[in-house]
Amino acid sequence: MDNLDQIVSEAQAAFAAISDPDALEQVKARFLGKSGQITELLKGLGKLPPDEKKTAGAAINVAKSAVEAALIERREAIRKAALEARLAEEALDVTLPGRAEARGGLHPVTRTLERIESLFRSIGFEVADGPEIEEDFFNFTAMNTPEDHPARSMHDTFYLQNPDGTIADKVLLRTHTSPIQARYMKAHVASYGQLENMPEIRIIAPGRVYRVDSDATHSPMFNQVEGLWVGEGVSFADLKGVIADFLKSFFETDELKVRFRPSFFPFTEPSAEIDVAFMSGPLEGRWLEIAGCGMVHPDVLRIAGIDPEKYTGFAFGFGQDRLTMLRYGVNDLRLFFEGDLRFLRQFA
Amino acid sequence: MKFSESWLRTLVDTTLSSEELSHLLTMAGLEVEGLEPVAPQFNDVVVARVLEVVKHPDADRLNVCKVDTGRGEPATIVCGAPNVAVGLHVPCALPGARLPGGFIIKIAKVRGIESSGMLCSAKELGIAEEASGLLVLPEDAPVGQSIREYLDLDDNQFELKLTPNRADCLSLAGVAREVAAIAGASVKPIEVPEVAATIGNQRPVVLDAPAACPLYYGRVIKGVDAKAPTPAWMVRRLERSGIRSISALVDVTNYVMLELGQPLHAFDNTKLEGAVHARMAKADEKLLLLNEQTIAIDDDVLMIADNVKPLAMAGIMGGEESGITLETSELFLESAFFAPKAIAGRARRYGFGSDASHRFERGVDFGGTRRAMERATQLILEICGGEAGPVVEARAEMPPRNQVRLRGARAARVLGMAISADQIAKLFSGLGLPYSREGDDFLVTPPSWRFDIEIEEDLIEEIARLHGYDNIPAPAPRGNLKMMVQPEAQRPQARIRQMLVDRGYQEVVNFAFVEEAWEVDFSANTNPIRLANPIASQMAVMRSTLFGGLISNLVTNLRRKQTRVRLFEVGRTFHRTEQGTPVAGFRQPWKLAALAYGGALPESWGSGARKVDFYDVKGDLEALLAPATLRFEKLAHPALHPGRSARILLAGREIGVIGELHPEWVQKYDLPQPPLLFEVDFNAVKAAAVPVYSEVSKFPPVVRDLAIVVDHGLELQTLLEGLKDHLPLLVQDIQLFDVYVGKGVPENKKSLAFRIVMQDTQRTLQDAEVDLAMQQLISCLEQEFAAQLRA
Repeated sequence: MDNLDQIVSEAQAAFAAISDPDALEQVKARFLGKSGQITELLKGLGKLPPDEKKTAGAAINVAKSAVEAALIERREAIRKAALEARLAEEALDVTLPGRAEARGGLHPVTRTLERIESLFRSIGFEVADGPEIEEDFFNFTAMNTPEDHPARSMHDTFYLQNPDGTIADKVLLRTHTSPIQARYMKAHVASYGQLENMPEIRIIAPGRVYRVDSDATHSPMFNQVEGLWVGEGVSFADLKGVIADFLKSFFETDELKVRFRPSFFPFTEPSAEIDVAFMSGPLEGRWLEIAGCGMVHPDVLRIAGIDPEKYTGFAFGFGQDRLTMLRYGVNDLRLFFEGDLRFLRQFA
Repeated sequence: MKFSESWLRTLVDTTLSSEELSHLLTMAGLEVEGLEPVAPQFNDVVVARVLEVVKHPDADRLNVCKVDTGRGEPATIVCGAPNVAVGLHVPCALPGARLPGGFIIKIAKVRGIESSGMLCSAKELGIAEEASGLLVLPEDAPVGQSIREYLDLDDNQFELKLTPNRADCLSLAGVAREVAAIAGASVKPIEVPEVAATIGNQRPVVLDAPAACPLYYGRVIKGVDAKAPTPAWMVRRLERSGIRSISALVDVTNYVMLELGQPLHAFDNTKLEGAVHARMAKADEKLLLLNEQTIAIDDDVLMIADNVKPLAMAGIMGGEESGITLETSELFLESAFFAPKAIAGRARRYGFGSDASHRFERGVDFGGTRRAMERATQLILEICGGEAGPVVEARAEMPPRNQVRLRGARAARVLGMAISADQIAKLFSGLGLPYSREGDDFLVTPPSWRFDIEIEEDLIEEIARLHGYDNIPAPAPRGNLKMMVQPEAQRPQARIRQMLVDRGYQEVVNFAFVEEAWEVDFSANTNPIRLANPIASQMAVMRSTLFGGLISNLVTNLRRKQTRVRLFEVGRTFHRTEQGTPVAGFRQPWKLAALAYGGALPESWGSGARKVDFYDVKGDLEALLAPATLRFEKLAHPALHPGRSARILLAGREIGVIGELHPEWVQKYDLPQPPLLFEVDFNAVKAAAVPVYSEVSKFPPVVRDLAIVVDHGLELQTLLEGLKDHLPLLVQDIQLFDVYVGKGVPENKKSLAFRIVMQDTQRTLQDAEVDLAMQQLISCLEQEFAAQLRA
């Protein structure tokens, strides 16, 4: 049956010479079609004697399978070649920039505010808010700073005009966010004051504040974040503990020295200024004033309707812009309020 | 307060170094703001006497001098100073001297003549900014003595930043007392003998306002020489305290104020008529002050007057007419106690202050009033000569010194640390606070120099301060654990900000006070809330919209070559109102505003150059508020293009505006292209409904498209809202997917193409019912909006 082997190798050679799928099917017909060579041989089997029929049939079928296998292999090879050609054609310059939208960014002061809020939230401090045009009462009187108190000269206050041009004497632009604390305490007492044990007050009070001052380190509007914790047995030691924890968490370092130094505010006693010193970086070793704090003055509690014999508390106030400057190494406060995208985008 | 360290060291016995002293003061609440040497480093400069001055043979401007430096043979020194003269005592830098700035003096030839040293000016020694010639020393300056020693230049100037409660430290004696208490050192007392009267002249004193002035000493001194020079040591101490020497009499009063803390005043006794009164100002009283201001004085100001006229604003400033001059030979010297309440705020009201008012309004030691009088008399007689009359005392009731009780347990509770009664006793004794004990309680009588000890906390503060804030523990915070309220129907501020950031907007923070023109342009507000004391005209009124700031930011950034700008700000705006809460008369809502300018997308190889338009920004706003649906109604707004702006309604309530900047302002603010803006109530943006489940259909939706032609002016919102009531139940959603104007659509018409989604939750829809629903929809569109189906 040399003839069969010849047909098979003929078919293999014929398939291999073709790279077009349609042509391949035509060539296929030459061997496996209705009158293809293999088909003809199979038809011819009937004429053979029965004893030869079996052997010849088996041999033809082997040849048929071989031709079919060659056909399938060729089909697959052609498909793959076609696919590869398409893939090569579809290739992109993957290094071209993506078609994404530009992303904006938070203001650096907002960035730090969000951190500060979440750090204090993690130890149970709520965030409180209050008006920026504030009553003289809440800004000063409720903070134990009556008129003619020398401490009032520490704040150079912005006042407003009445519609008739006279100076409004009952309102001002708040000089600190302490009035938020005063309002919060008052509302807290209104809600819980009648209880045997009033729930603790734990708040931070962030916001814009205003003072008549403008140079490289002072802006007439700036941001402050104050805090207040009032409860039974809240002590100066607790204040130190909270502040130390906060500063180390905020700056994410233990390489930070914190010191409390006696100071004076009408609304706290004992009062302290908080200084920090970094142990590395450009400001290494320098004491930097960063906050004021102290135990809430008994008169401030009394004005809010809280019994200072039963409850004590501490309050603190950070210059939030200052914290932001230290965190990111910004050296000019005015940059925060100029809206220069080249500056702001650095905090995206 | 500034002072010389060497002066302080004459008053307290301590071996602490300057730095240790500085640290100790700071940590005791007397913050050291400055610690500077009074002179830079230099050496080998001595007092010399000029013996001979001869013109330099080869240089017009130089002289050849023979100088006695106290070192054997006179030295030959070439000198170019114009004021060199025989007999002068001047500083001389010897060969080998190193002057400030590192300049080293050598023996060298100057135009052929050997010069062995240099005569110096104050500038060359670094003790003055400017000098016009040699520093001329007094004739008694000992030749050969080191100039550093002679001028006491190895000294430091301390500057304290004192808090208003520590008036007791506004004097050298007060600081010395404090140093002694905190360092455990001892005070070196100043000997002040009483000066006996040698003449009988005196002037009666009347306390007409005894609450404001309960103590007044007056003394006449005759025959003084007001032109006598102030001794150099006194000039030096004054200068290192930041006070310029004026004349011996003025200098003495200033000196005693610095030394003891008691402000004094000297009147020209010949200008006074009758008794001296301490009284409140009379109606319409006017006074010409030493600062040459004439002021009309309010009736709550304490005055010093004689029988006929006002002389001085007590404790604040003297009058020009009764003041002393270099011709004065007869003084009336005042040392008095004025109550802090009678002085506080008065000087500030007239726009000035003085060293005296600064001290009196904080509280001056009324136990030392007499002593200061004697001290000043002593110094005046020493320096200016003259004879003193008897001291006249007028005294009323002094401020009460109420005992303050300190409970040991309370102190421990407030400080959060145990502190024994014995420790407390030791601290109080060190401060000189007189006390008695009742068990663990202390009854403290505040001394006359302390005005800040009125309540228990004042004493607790003293304990904490002296014990050292550093020595108080800092335990981890503890508190009761209670979960905080977290309303789900309110999105956190941070999330809203983040959404804008993610859509490309950069946050800015602008001042709340703005230019008045912005209020007119962007709010048509001609009667804004004005500041009474703005720092600049462009920060004069409170903003009622955030637009001004954003547009100003845009201008700034365009100037800096930015081409695509997206900004937002969250802040309050300010409005007058009838009621207003929490502050009556004002509304201060939180607003969120945004601005978009430039390309719709950042310029890139793959994005078109389309400019941002109304619908881009509207899309941002809708995304911000999603899933809430907003209504938009055309509006006229002063800041915005009338055809391209809308008010924004959420659930029927107006929450803000959106639109393109009005062409007038685009031109005025010189913008190459109009920016898009929106401003909304921040609280409205925060609100978010808590989701409620509704059933999801298991059956497939049927989608049909529908194109109609309607009038060009018909707003989509009108059409959709008009359809709402006629909508077949099956219709779940109507999406607009195309708007077309142009070929094939008649003029003044537009074509709208909708995708209609129909679905039932219970079953698969039949073709017939879908056809019916579409038919209903179409006939409604035809009837209500004269719509025509588009082929």
